[in-house]
Amino acid sequence: MDLQTAHALVRFGMGASGAETPPSNPSAWLLDQLRYPEPSWSGPFPSSTEGLAAIREDRENKTLGPQSRARALYRAQGEAAITRGVATKAPFRERLVWFWTNHFTVSLRKPACAALVGSFVQEAIRPHVTGRFQDMLLAVMRHPAMLMYLDNAVSVGPDSMAGMRSGRGLNENLARECMELHTVSPASGYTQADVTSFARILTGWSVEVKNDPQGFVFRPRAHEPGEQTLMGHRFPDGEEGGIAALRFLANNPSTHRFLAAKLACHFISDNPPPTVIRRVEGVLRDTGGDLGTASACLVGLAEAWAPGTKLRTPLDLVVASFRALQVPPDPAPPFLGILGGLGQPLWTAPAPNGWPDVAADWSGPEAMMRRVDWAYAVSGRIGDRDPAVLADTCLGPLCRPATQDAMAHAGSRREAMTLLLTSPEFQRR
Amino acid sequence: MREALLSLPRRATLLGLTSLVSLGRTSLAVAAAPTDKRFVVVILRGAMDGLSAVVPYGDPGLAALRPELMPPPPGQDKGLLDLGGKFGLHPAMTRSLALYRANELAIVHAVAGNYRVRSHFEAQDNLESGADHRMTSGWLNRAVAAMPASAKQGTDASSCAIAIGATVPLLLRGGQPVANWAPHGFAEPQLSLYQAILALNEGDPITGPAITAGLRDRGFGDQVMGHDQAGRNPPSDRDQAMDRDMDMSSEEARIRVTAGDQTRGRDQAMEANPFRQGQDPAKGGARNGGRFAFPALATAAGDLLRAPDGPRIAALDLGGWDTHTAQNNRLTQPLTQLDTGLDALKTALGDAWRHTVVMVMTEFGRTARMNGTKGTDHGTATVSFVAGGAVSGGRVLANWPGLGRGQLFEDRDLAPTTDLRSVATGILTAHLGLDQSAMAIVFPGSGPVQPTRGLVRST
Repeated sequence: MDLQTAHALVRFGMGASGAETPPSNPSAWLLDQLRYPEPSWSGPFPSSTEGLAAIREDRENKTLGPQSRARALYRAQGEAAITRGVATKAPFRERLVWFWTNHFTVSLRKPACAALVGSFVQEAIRPHVTGRFQDMLLAVMRHPAMLMYLDNAVSVGPDSMAGMRSGRGLNENLARECMELHTVSPASGYTQADVTSFARILTGWSVEVKNDPQGFVFRPRAHEPGEQTLMGHRFPDGEEGGIAALRFLANNPSTHRFLAAKLACHFISDNPPPTVIRRVEGVLRDTGGDLGTASACLVGLAEAWAPGTKLRTPLDLVVASFRALQVPPDPAPPFLGILGGLGQPLWTAPAPNGWPDVAADWSGPEAMMRRVDWAYAVSGRIGDRDPAVLADTCLGPLCRPATQDAMAHAGSRREAMTLLLTSPEFQRR
Repeated sequence: MREALLSLPRRATLLGLTSLVSLGRTSLAVAAAPTDKRFVVVILRGAMDGLSAVVPYGDPGLAALRPELMPPPPGQDKGLLDLGGKFGLHPAMTRSLALYRANELAIVHAVAGNYRVRSHFEAQDNLESGADHRMTSGWLNRAVAAMPASAKQGTDASSCAIAIGATVPLLLRGGQPVANWAPHGFAEPQLSLYQAILALNEGDPITGPAITAGLRDRGFGDQVMGHDQAGRNPPSDRDQAMDRDMDMSSEEARIRVTAGDQTRGRDQAMEANPFRQGQDPAKGGARNGGRFAFPALATAAGDLLRAPDGPRIAALDLGGWDTHTAQNNRLTQPLTQLDTGLDALKTALGDAWRHTVVMVMTEFGRTARMNGTKGTDHGTATVSFVAGGAVSGGRVLANWPGLGRGQLFEDRDLAPTTDLRSVATGILTAHLGLDQSAMAIVFPGSGPVQPTRGLVRST
């Protein structure tokens, strides 16, 4: 395996795995993943309809916490999602799924979301990672998981029929975070009045939990009547007004700049050069937000091929470690407990801005010591395999001579594997 | 039982450390700190609604703004805890009321930082940076750097300040090295393997310093860093436990601090704390969904700070404040955690409490009006709590802006009348002895800001 191939596997993919043959042309291998539909996958990925049924049942039975059906769905879907990351044959595409999932964070910090995050990834994120951003945004904003996580499901237009009758009113949570975190970002200069207008536009976008059919519902009776002005543009009332406003935000130049900076931070370095951000931004602008073309642009950037500029997050590290170790999928390792112990519990980001994507946020002394301790624990799975062979498989020429030397002098296979997994080159991607 | 924490292992001397503070499966290497003064900063992430934590029930404008968010008046069942006729503490904060009555809690109301953004993330960055933009270091780190030389003389710099929790918040990041403590989740390999891992990472700009500091925080001394054979504890054979892997929930990972620990003294120390051992079955204890995660961290902070040679500055986080919906229900839990945590910190600090100031701050307040979903949206001014035995408390400090027509900030939020930097500089100068001139570095651009006087008891 040459350096380019090894780097492609760790930077754009989920880490090299001995279960697959390294590609001979790494760029073509990456671009093919964007071009072709992803390999089919059979796993427990219940739909949002099943998730909502679980929420309804939990409410009727007053079941909370670990015993709830919602938590059972989370455990099954969470383990399956990570297993897929470990086993996928299209790891670049999978990385994009994780990237956009984090961009549009839905978190178990709102407990009902436990039943829905897995379906959110499947229904709102995965189908669109090589499609247009406006389609992903619309799918996200209409998904029950997001509408419940950021409270829009209960937001009511104060002058709507429901608002006048019940006295209920606006909740601007989703509107604000959509502008700040998902689309135009504060750099666009929007005001509090814009946030309030957008919240009015989105009133009525809700979730039917109680009655069949469950799922997204537009409630005209809760929708604020009248035209609204958002960032200088006027939008009519009704569901169409919301769709138009989302399309406007998705295609705003500020959104392209913001998304380009985030993509560059993920695929280039913690401080990507402005020239690179402008390249990606230009592609998004010229293609009307085509995420597949933007991803291909990243592959073509020379700056993306400088090894070791990104520190792996705990999620990256766990997936890459299990790919390196080629652990049999059955019985599944306790992924969720591991991620909790490493400080990145799955789909449980503390806030709607998701998990951080720069080394400074993941390299605290105690956080790093936990990685070390876990590496030792998981290295117990090496069995009678040769750590030097595994090192060559997962890092190839990225593995430094010093690491190979230390591994050769280690007291046991397990210790050698620990040294590999804690080496600076394995901690990076 | 607490004496167990104070006994200094003989090995500490061998390692060239002044002392070794042990806690859970962690040891924190520290050196002598000449100052007795302790300062703890608690960041409430998510924006605490100051008008619900400390309710200005005497303001005639309040009821019209948020009729359904008003607890019953003082004296009634589950009513407000009266603070003298105008303000009342949220009914969940009974322990804080006791602190207030003991003159150990001051409340600063209508307070806000020097920025007017309503984004959690920008505002937290600014709050921790101590500026109106994000900086690469936090104000508490710069304050430690500016502490009088006498307070740090002869100390290992990393011993002076410690972040409690799995990461070091921006507040404490910067040029001054800080320690970091968190309850453990995973078993540890043997010392020689740590040494080999450190050797492979030493030259790395990111993992090298982190692992070096991590080992130091766990009590491995300089000789160990130099690959000496001397170690912290005799390495114990934990392989079997480790082979079982680590199948635990995130809550357990955060707060499970005793399992498998073979150091008797530490286990005994743990038993003194109900939050760690789940000894309060009525409340479910530490294993029940992390409800007591914050009091457990506060106790850990207190244990570490109490040691005569322990750190003097600590930072902790508490989340759960972003109450956009059903605020009456949602707010009780974090307020209870805060209330219980402050009490736990006092208990753990013991005699050192009288030298302690705790500052509790949040990124901004919430809308004065209830929103359409029985919650509140992002606002501006809020409350800051200043607690501790060194505090001149029993008072609500407020240049009250009023809640009536025309008095709200942008016709929406409680108007800010006190700069949060005044509170912080008041503590830093009076309590930690920082020079007023240092404030230009700690809080850049704070020239006209006057420190709040009289927060700290004169000694």
